[in-house]
Amino acid sequence: MTKYVLVADLRRCVGCQTCTAACKNSNATAPGIQWRKVLDVETGTYPDVRRTFLPVGCMHCDDPPCMTVCPSTATKKRDDGIVIIDYDLCIGCAYCAVACPYQARFKIKDRLSAYGADAGEMTHEAARFDPALIGVAQKCTFCADRIDEGLAQGLVPGKDWQATPACVNSCISSALQFGDLDDKDSAVSRLLAENQSSRMHEELGTGPNIYYIWDDAP
Amino acid sequence: MTSDLREIKGVSPWLQTNWDARAAGNFIGGGTGAGLLAAAAFHGLAPISLFSFVGLAFIGLGLLCVWLEIGRPWRAINVFFHPQTSWMTREGLVAIPLFALGGFALLFDSRLAMMAAALVGLFYLYCQARIVSASKGIPAWRHPALIPVMLVMGLAEGVGVSLLLAPGQLALPALILLGVRYGLWRRYLSRLQADGAPVGTIKVFAASHKPYLILGHILPALLIGGAGFSESSWLSMLGGLLMTTSGWWVKLILITKAAYNQGFLVPRVPVRGQGKPGAPVKPGWV
Repeated sequence: MTKYVLVADLRRCVGCQTCTAACKNSNATAPGIQWRKVLDVETGTYPDVRRTFLPVGCMHCDDPPCMTVCPSTATKKRDDGIVIIDYDLCIGCAYCAVACPYQARFKIKDRLSAYGADAGEMTHEAARFDPALIGVAQKCTFCADRIDEGLAQGLVPGKDWQATPACVNSCISSALQFGDLDDKDSAVSRLLAENQSSRMHEELGTGPNIYYIWDDAP
Repeated sequence: MTSDLREIKGVSPWLQTNWDARAAGNFIGGGTGAGLLAAAAFHGLAPISLFSFVGLAFIGLGLLCVWLEIGRPWRAINVFFHPQTSWMTREGLVAIPLFALGGFALLFDSRLAMMAAALVGLFYLYCQARIVSASKGIPAWRHPALIPVMLVMGLAEGVGVSLLLAPGQLALPALILLGVRYGLWRRYLSRLQADGAPVGTIKVFAASHKPYLILGHILPALLIGGAGFSESSWLSMLGGLLMTTSGWWVKLILITKAAYNQGFLVPRVPVRGQGKPGAPVKPGWV
């Protein structure tokens, strides 16, 4: 079996948001929609203050609540663990959005452009506009199209950049890694074996598949 | 885990905007309609055609609200595709026999059909309660103590409307339901706070608690009880009106004002340089 996961090494992330930009560029998401983003979290009290950069997005959960509640079966989980949305089935009820504890789902009602309606669309916005995304749920796909295309060419997701999500490819500090958790030799498997990691809101039982590394293994 | 009452924008829970007053309208209409059908059927209120018509109208208006909210209304038929796990699909499927039986009762003044419609209506109400509780991303909604609250709210709202249509009847059930509704609401709030919830949710509920107690329970109870002694239909109707509208108001708050999402947490503050890792941090939570 194959189980794709994302590993974010919080010790390495510098909060540059290059992954955010790469995702927007790769997926042509509308203004205000960020399938991948990095939170800047300041915690503690002076003088013991910490700053953590936290990449977030769809966790492609083992037991995705978005899929359970979806009345139209638009949300599906592939055999490789990636959670996808069939935009032609989705009715845009946003039930998945309120069921997701990771705030990873979005819905836009209208066609938007970065500089507003008066300024009009930029050339690339007009060229890449997808009407199928209006009024329906959307979220990170782990760049499933890149993965599928890469696999068809015999490439390995997480190892060959052509078959790897755009956010991971763009990461300047290699904080983001992607790969198959069921492959013991994959980079993600080795990273998780050699380091201590946690996942977001694990107590909710969704089985999120973004792992956050925070220290070496003891 | 370190809960942190401070708000960090974009990290602490924020108010969801995916479901608005139209979604609340579905729960208001569905609950009131199902409650009214049950009240009329089990208490033998007449004329059957009136009560079945008003009950179905409430449910229909609720469904219309949700139809107006969805992004692709002309694909609404797809809502029936996932009965295996989706309570929204189940709600839609249950609506079919509900309208068929209610319609039969309306057209043929059939007491039996009214009873059957009321039973199906109670399951419809249950589906609605489960829709809310399956929303795992909203702590105030997913709490299991909300399910009985939603059920009793629907029944109370329906009985409230029946007091408007048939003043003087159902006074005792109305008083009992008022007591149960308030008790379950208190239980829900205390459990929510004990189990942890976003600060924003707790603040909104705290602000609405006193008006809900006075205008939604004490005053209607006095009016309905007073109507029993004075045989005043106006007092009974006013009590019913308050009983119903206070429930609607709280549902509106629940869906549109108290629905703070899960937010994010820092699973562990990472090691930086020679430093040590820090405990998990969950800002904006009680």
